[in-house]
Amino acid sequence: MNVIELRSAVVAYDERPVLRGVDLTVGAGEVVAILGANGSGKSTLVRAVLGLVPLVAGSVRLFGADGSARTSRRRIGYVPQRLGAGSGVPATVSEVVASGRLARRGLRPVRRMDRDAITAALTAVGLADRATSPVSTLSGGQQQRTLIARALAAEPELLVLDEPTAGVDAASQDAFAAALAAFVAGGGTVLLVAHELGPLQPLVTRAVVVHDGRIAHDGEVPAPAGHHAHPEHDHVHPHAPAETPGIWFNR
Amino acid sequence: MSLFAYDFMQRALIGVLITGLAAPSLGIYLVQRRMALIGDGIGHIALTGVGLGLLTSRSPVITAVVVSALGAVAVELIRERGKASGDIALALLFYGGISGGVFLVTLSSGRTNANLMAYLFGSPLTTSPADLLVMMVLGAVVLGVTLLLRPWLFAVCQDEEYARVAGLPVRALNLLLAVTTAVTVTVAMRAVGLLLVSALMVVPVAAAQLVTRGFRTTMHLAMLLGVLASGLGITLAAQYDTAPGATIVLVAIGIFAALATVSAIRRGSRRRTTVEVEVEPPDVVLGA
Repeated sequence: MNVIELRSAVVAYDERPVLRGVDLTVGAGEVVAILGANGSGKSTLVRAVLGLVPLVAGSVRLFGADGSARTSRRRIGYVPQRLGAGSGVPATVSEVVASGRLARRGLRPVRRMDRDAITAALTAVGLADRATSPVSTLSGGQQQRTLIARALAAEPELLVLDEPTAGVDAASQDAFAAALAAFVAGGGTVLLVAHELGPLQPLVTRAVVVHDGRIAHDGEVPAPAGHHAHPEHDHVHPHAPAETPGIWFNR
Repeated sequence: MSLFAYDFMQRALIGVLITGLAAPSLGIYLVQRRMALIGDGIGHIALTGVGLGLLTSRSPVITAVVVSALGAVAVELIRERGKASGDIALALLFYGGISGGVFLVTLSSGRTNANLMAYLFGSPLTTSPADLLVMMVLGAVVLGVTLLLRPWLFAVCQDEEYARVAGLPVRALNLLLAVTTAVTVTVAMRAVGLLLVSALMVVPVAAAQLVTRGFRTTMHLAMLLGVLASGLGITLAAQYDTAPGATIVLVAIGIFAALATVSAIRRGSRRRTTVEVEVEPPDVVLGA
């Protein structure tokens, strides 16, 4: 059974096509990196898989079932690029991670296994000692690891990560790579959007390059070319979401 | 405390305490979503409900709940679309709501002696036993939603996109939050008035988060501060014969200012110590 099956997917924003008929199949246990330039459609591809953007044509199937089915959603752990804009009120690391457990927990009260899963997720990303810290006091890399722990708390079978290493310090990148390696060793499947693979490179089993809304390459991880190959290449992300301005309470 | 020997003072006190407890418990979700001022808009819309109630000789509280709930759902649907024109749509809704309310209340003025000011700025001293019962029931509904559904509402307000991917019933939770906001506005209407409702939803939360680290503790402290401001406010108002709603809100702002000062001093002293810690040892130590 395939974990992800995207068939002739077309996505358009205001009539402007961003994905022009993309086919992507990801099998269980694969670690697939989606590569591409800014504006190539790589983030849209992932958002289409997650059901966050509607398809104009084509279909998404997750775990052999229709992509919108709630039962298949429960098996996905999603790691966005950044902590959501809704952070006006302080929240501790463990509160954020616990919210990842809700998909599994449903409406039943918290059980021992829920608490264990949250603790295990915090330990996996090396943040067990920061559980009661407010997330706003963490570094960018630690915040990113909090989001990975939130996804892991649901004990997912598929992890989907959007530029997980963008702007993350080296220590966090290593902690992150270790957490991902443990997830893969446990039989998990990974789909990640990346600008550069960094310490994740050895884990990636397949690379898909998106160019102009189509898949330009699907197979081996291509060697970095041009200025990207330069070790001191500075990755600037003009598409990173801007801070949502609050009316009163900017923290 | 002999002031509270009178029945009407006791009802006023209980009414404002319910408000002080319920309003911040809901307001924290609005603040988290950076929609701190939305309660104000729903308050504007509720005035049309009050006007309708007075004009048709029905309980203004019930009509206010219904109209403001419809308004809150409309606001939520506008927010969900996330369109740039949403701002204008909200303005039309809010000012339409308050003008419609004033219009209807004045239209009904021949039939009732209801005072517009009482609805706009609150009049806890005129709380009847029936009013108090309605406030208790609605207040319990608000607290039930905000306390029991905290993990789910937190998840949706903290990162809506993530909640959507995780398969949480995002839309249902958002609509529930919208309707609960409307109910809270109506609960608070008697105590602080429709124009000051938002203050009791937001100011205690703003004050609490100056000194807290987590969401749950912020929520509980905000509720405590809300109760404190309400109780202290109405006592002062009775003592000095000032408007209770405005006095309660001023006390809440006073609490905010006090906590802001304390946390600024604390942060200042902490920064000074960190600077000392971070001074690097000299590479070369010169002999004395």
